[in-house]
Amino acid sequence: MLVISCIKQVPDTTQVKIDPVTNTLIRDGIPFIINPYDSHALEESLRLKDRYNVRTVALSMGPPNTVATLRKACALGVDEAILLSDRCFGGADTLATSKVLSAAIERLDKQEKVGIVFCGKQTIDGDTAQVGPGIASRLGFSQLTLVDRIESIDFLRKTIKVRRKLEGRHEIVEAPLPVMITVVRELNRPRYPIVPMRIESQDMEIKVWDNSVLKLDAETVGLKGSPTWVSKIFSPERDQGEIIGNGINDPIGTASLLIDKLLSKDLLTI
Amino acid sequence: MTLHQAIFTAIFAVSALSFLFSCYQRLQLVSIGAPENRFDNPAGRLLGMFSYAFAQKRVLARAYGFNHFLLFWAFMLLLVANGEFLLEGLIPGFRLAAFLPAALGHGLELLFDIVSVVALGCVLVALARRLFFPPEYLGNDYTRPASGEALLILAMIAALMSAFFLLNAANIALGLDGSWRPVSSAIAALLKGLPSSALEGVAGVSWWLHALVLLLFMNFLPRSKHMHILTAIPNCYFKNLAQPNTQPRETFEKGERYGVSSVEQYSWKDLFDSLTCTECGRCQDLCPAHNTGKPLNPRKIVHDIKVNLLKNGPALKDGGTGILPLIGDAREGTVCEEAIWSCTTCGACTSVCPVLIEQMPKIVKLRRHLVQEKAQFPEELLNLFENMEQRSNPWGIAPSERTKWSGQLGDRTFKPGESEYLFFVGCAGAFDSRNKHVSVALATILDAAGVSWGMLGKEELCCGDSLRRLGNEFVFDKMARENVALFKEKKITKVVTQCPHCFNTLKNDYRQYGLEIEVLHHSQLIEQLVESNQLKLTKQSRQGNIIFHDSCYLGRHNDTYKAPRAVLKAATGQSPSEFERNQENGFCCGAGGGRMWMEEQSGTRINLERVKEAMKQPLPDTLCVSCPYCMTMMEDGLKDLGVADVVRVKDIAEVMAEAIA
Ligand SMILES: Cc1cc2nc3c(=O)[nH]c(=O)nc-3n(C[C@@H](O)[C@H](O)[C@H](O)COP(=O)(O)OP(=O)(O)OC[C@H]3O[C@@H](n4cnc5c(N)ncnc54)[C@H](O)[C@@H]3O)c2cc1C
Ligand code: SF4
Ligand code: SF4
Repeated sequence: MLVISCIKQVPDTTQVKIDPVTNTLIRDGIPFIINPYDSHALEESLRLKDRYNVRTVALSMGPPNTVATLRKACALGVDEAILLSDRCFGGADTLATSKVLSAAIERLDKQEKVGIVFCGKQTIDGDTAQVGPGIASRLGFSQLTLVDRIESIDFLRKTIKVRRKLEGRHEIVEAPLPVMITVVRELNRPRYPIVPMRIESQDMEIKVWDNSVLKLDAETVGLKGSPTWVSKIFSPERDQGEIIGNGINDPIGTASLLIDKLLSKDLLTI
Repeated sequence: MTLHQAIFTAIFAVSALSFLFSCYQRLQLVSIGAPENRFDNPAGRLLGMFSYAFAQKRVLARAYGFNHFLLFWAFMLLLVANGEFLLEGLIPGFRLAAFLPAALGHGLELLFDIVSVVALGCVLVALARRLFFPPEYLGNDYTRPASGEALLILAMIAALMSAFFLLNAANIALGLDGSWRPVSSAIAALLKGLPSSALEGVAGVSWWLHALVLLLFMNFLPRSKHMHILTAIPNCYFKNLAQPNTQPRETFEKGERYGVSSVEQYSWKDLFDSLTCTECGRCQDLCPAHNTGKPLNPRKIVHDIKVNLLKNGPALKDGGTGILPLIGDAREGTVCEEAIWSCTTCGACTSVCPVLIEQMPKIVKLRRHLVQEKAQFPEELLNLFENMEQRSNPWGIAPSERTKWSGQLGDRTFKPGESEYLFFVGCAGAFDSRNKHVSVALATILDAAGVSWGMLGKEELCCGDSLRRLGNEFVFDKMARENVALFKEKKITKVVTQCPHCFNTLKNDYRQYGLEIEVLHHSQLIEQLVESNQLKLTKQSRQGNIIFHDSCYLGRHNDTYKAPRAVLKAATGQSPSEFERNQENGFCCGAGGGRMWMEEQSGTRINLERVKEAMKQPLPDTLCVSCPYCMTMMEDGLKDLGVADVVRVKDIAEVMAEAIA
């Protein structure tokens, strides 16, 4: 059984600034990281590998520099990493993204049956939380979102039981395999790469599948296949802050000033 | 050949062979260790051997050490007397004096007699100490001050001396020996009344007692903690000539192993260290982790390595595997993980050990294995490791924030060829709100003295100190190479830091990466600026009573004790008062070795123990530090003690800045 994790390379948002003139992200010199939720998706696939000896594949669609993120996945222990990259995939929205990812998953499924696809709950840049569900509906997989615990997997009956983290409650549900699962951070604690694996991963081949491999209609992927258009991006205006009190020289006075201030703005209730 | 001679020759041959065989066995075990070059610079090594082994420099650092010093030298001299004794057993009638001018022969007899009394006296003192007033640090969970082994050794030495006197006294009473042995002669006077047959009996019995105890003693040595009698001198010869606390580099290539998880992965010198431990307990006495109830005891680490080597060594030597794990629970011969993570790398152990054992680097080697081969470490460190790799600072703050503290100073970018000093601000100096004040104080001082300086701004990377001490050598290695390349690219030749950890890493660790530049801690640069009158003080900095806390990485790791004190004296007009444990014997704040980023799970808090020590009469108004970690730990400690509004913590730069404002 194949277990796939979809991982997206995103800009390190603590360092992202928006250009006030062009309203676009200033990407110069911003380091890229693996989307934090996706590292939990990846981790869960590796745990299944440790426990059930399933084969794991990490999948990412993105520009060629995404190789760096996939190499990290290799250092953590995935068996195979595949980059989906083609000029015509660029500028994709969630619809087009899930199309390309689904095509790749289908292709993998032909070699070895896919049992589980793990996705992050959402990304920290696009934030839509739609790609996972998009994949599930395209492929006709069961769809389990917001999973914070895998209860059990029954390989004979081909079912999986998970716990979903909903607002104020948990829900335990069972679904037939194959399944697409989106994960929340509580699911696990991602591992730290060991050095021998890091060194090993330097030489691991990262396959690149472009559209000559996936053979999708170029009109239905990337910018052309994306009905969503971003009309404007802006940072919300923030009021100028103020310094109140006398800092460490008068901590008690400063604290009471702060409390008064919070009370006056109705931010504190007593 | 007489019967006596024949029997002795046989016994001697057997015990000499058995002794040599034991030594050979032990050395063979040492040889399974990894290679390490400790053979360079023989002149420097001989010098070290002379001052630490023969002049007993470290031994004498404590009052009781004098007793050992006397015993050591008595032993060295009596080695000649015992050599003569053994030869006389093999070749009856052999006398050293026969080969020497009469005066020298008599002189030696006199010397041996007196030295034997001294040795006997020392043994009695040692016995009394172990039995009646043992210092707390002699015992621990695997041994007692008055352990059977310690008592047996002392008893053997006492027996040797007593037999020696009786033998000489009987011979003198029999008229076979001259009168150059005053102590023996005095005893001979007591034996006067005995018939000569009885005297011959006494002589015979004493001779055999002396002979047998001597051979027994010799054979006992390699099998006990008294192995150090054989290994201490070479161990001092093979001392680390560089900074003993700077960990060696690792190479990162396919198929390599990282750190130590099995005893043969230690270097031969690490293993030799373990056979050299005298069990004196001094490292245990100073270790901040041990003192606050953590499961770490540097002495036990060394002991565990020895026990593990003796147990697993024979199998490992033949290519097999050991049966006793090196890392695991807390039984003898195994080191538990909590002990490994409790070390603050303060260096107290390495700088107190009389026989120059390097305990702390052995702990870091265990960490290297856990982090790099097992990814097994306290949970809190995961964030640290990721932040370091991702954003090159422990908190994971965006690098663009690095210059925020210097907002009011204008553009202070380091300009190659123009700026004289690079001010390496360090992560704490750049991001920690309390320590930003220290950065400002130092910048003010540099400006007031007209020093030309600049910073790397958001290009500055973390020096990697915590990572290296925590055993994350792979990431440290990457950061060190990046930093060194950056320094070379910017043509940096002089650096000043306000953090002893940056200071030590740039100065000592980066030397392994070919960076040989002048690195100063701010205490050193400020001291120079004051001395050369380049920094003009305008008034006295008023801080009330000051007590100064030594930073381990400035003090013990870099022998800088005077500079921060001189700065405080210049700024305030008075020398700071001292903690009871100061300078070489200073007590860590608890944050070194990456402990800054970990929870303190067991025992009491190290920083609390330290601030309690500060609260003695006259009560301090200001507790001065020279390190950002100490700053945080002391402030937190004072808060915990509920005296934060009575005693404030200041960096030496802040104190100085108030003398020029
Ligand atoms: C500033 C900005 C500008 C944008 N501009 C455009 C635009 O011009 N045109 C346009 O059509 N869209 C645009 N988008 C949206 C688009 O790029 C989406 O980010 C993308 O389609 C994926 O959606 P998401 O990030 O919301 O993923 P989510 O649906 O939030 O992601 C859920 C999970 O799906 C998986 N996943 C998502 N993307 C990938 C991937 N590429 N590879 C592997 N796995 C993945 C991961 O497991 C992820 O955790 C923009 C987004 C931003 C933030
Ligand atoms: S370095 Fe310090 S904390 Fe670590 S073992 Fe030695 S004395 Fe103890
Ligand atoms: S390691 Fe050194 S200081 Fe510690 S007990 Fe052994 S000899 Fe003494």
